[in-house]
Amino acid sequence: MHSATIVLLVSVFLASSVEMVEALTIIVAVGVTRGWRSALEGAAAALGVLVVLVLSIGPALVHYVPLDALRITVGGLLLVFGLQWLRKAVLRAAGLKAKHDEDAIFTEQVAELSAQDRPGNGRDSTAFVVAFKGMFLEGLEVVVIVITLGAADHRLGLASLAAGAAVVVVGIVGLIVTRQLAGVPENAMKMVVGLMLVSFGTFWSGEGVGVHWPGSDLALPVLVGVYALVAWVTVSLVARERRPGVEVA
Amino acid sequence: MPEAPRQDERPATSPARRYASAFGRFWWEFLIGDTPELLVGGILAVVVVALLAHHGVERAVTVASMPVLVVVVLGASVRRAQRAARGPRPPEP
Repeated sequence: MHSATIVLLVSVFLASSVEMVEALTIIVAVGVTRGWRSALEGAAAALGVLVVLVLSIGPALVHYVPLDALRITVGGLLLVFGLQWLRKAVLRAAGLKAKHDEDAIFTEQVAELSAQDRPGNGRDSTAFVVAFKGMFLEGLEVVVIVITLGAADHRLGLASLAAGAAVVVVGIVGLIVTRQLAGVPENAMKMVVGLMLVSFGTFWSGEGVGVHWPGSDLALPVLVGVYALVAWVTVSLVARERRPGVEVA
Repeated sequence: MPEAPRQDERPATSPARRYASAFGRFWWEFLIGDTPELLVGGILAVVVVALLAHHGVERAVTVASMPVLVVVVLGASVRRAQRAARGPRPPEP
C-alpha cells in the first residue's frame, strides 16, 4: 500500500472519529433526555443526507475537473483547513485555549432539552431536529474532508469507506459507554488530523503548481514528520511564554 | 420621520434566502472564521511557490519553500493569538 494511501486512510478515519464524537455527544444528550427513537431517526436522516452529498459531488469532481486544477484547489482548501485545525490544537496543547470539553457540552445540552415540553406519544420533533442538526453540522466537515482528500487522490471510495468505518466504530463504542465520551483523547486526535491535512495540502497544492517532490508519495510522511516537529517546538515555546490564566476565545 | 418597522412587521425571509445565507455562513466560518491570516497566508504561499516553479528557480529551493512558507504562516497566526490573549500593553510610565 502506498504511503499516501495510508496517510489518507488515517486522516479520514481520525477526522471522522473526532467529528463523530462531537455529534454523538449531542445525540446521546438528546436520547437520554427526550427518548432514543427520535434522536436516532434524526441522526440517521442527517447521515443519509451526508451520504447523498458525497455521492453527488465527489464523482462529478473526479470525472469532470482536470487533475492539476483539482489538486491546486483542493490542496489550497486542505492547507487552509488543516492550518486552522493545527493552530487550534497547538494553542490547546500549550494551554492558551480551553480544551473541547464533551462533559460540559453534554450537561449544557441536557439542561437545555429538559427545559422544553415533551409530546406524550409519537415523534418528538425537537429531539429529531436537534439530533439532525448535530449530526449534519459535524458531518459536513467530514464530507468536505472525504471529498477533497478522496477526489485529489482519485480514491473517493476508499476515503468514504474510512469515514464510514469511523462512524460505525465511534457509534458502537459511543452507545456502549454513552456518557464517557470525555475520555476520548479528542485534542490529541485533532492535532494528528491537523498535521495530516496540512501535509496533504502542502503536497497537492505543490504538485498542482509544478513542484516535483523528491521521492514522490514518500514526501508525504516526511512532511508529516517536519510539521509534527514544528508543532512540538511551537507548543513548547508558547507554553513557556504563557502567563497563567490567560486564554484566547 | 418614519417609524422603524416593529419586529413582527418585518417581511419574512424566504426559505431559499435563508438556505443561501446559511450556506454562505458555513463557508465563511469554514475558510475564514476568526483567522483570515491563514486563508491569505495559505493562498500567498501557493502563489509564491507557483512563481518559483515557473521561473526556473532551482528545484531544491522550490521544494523547500512550500513547507517553510506554511510554517511561517502558522507561526504568525499563533503569534497573533498569543498577542490577543495578552491584551493591550499597559501604558509606559
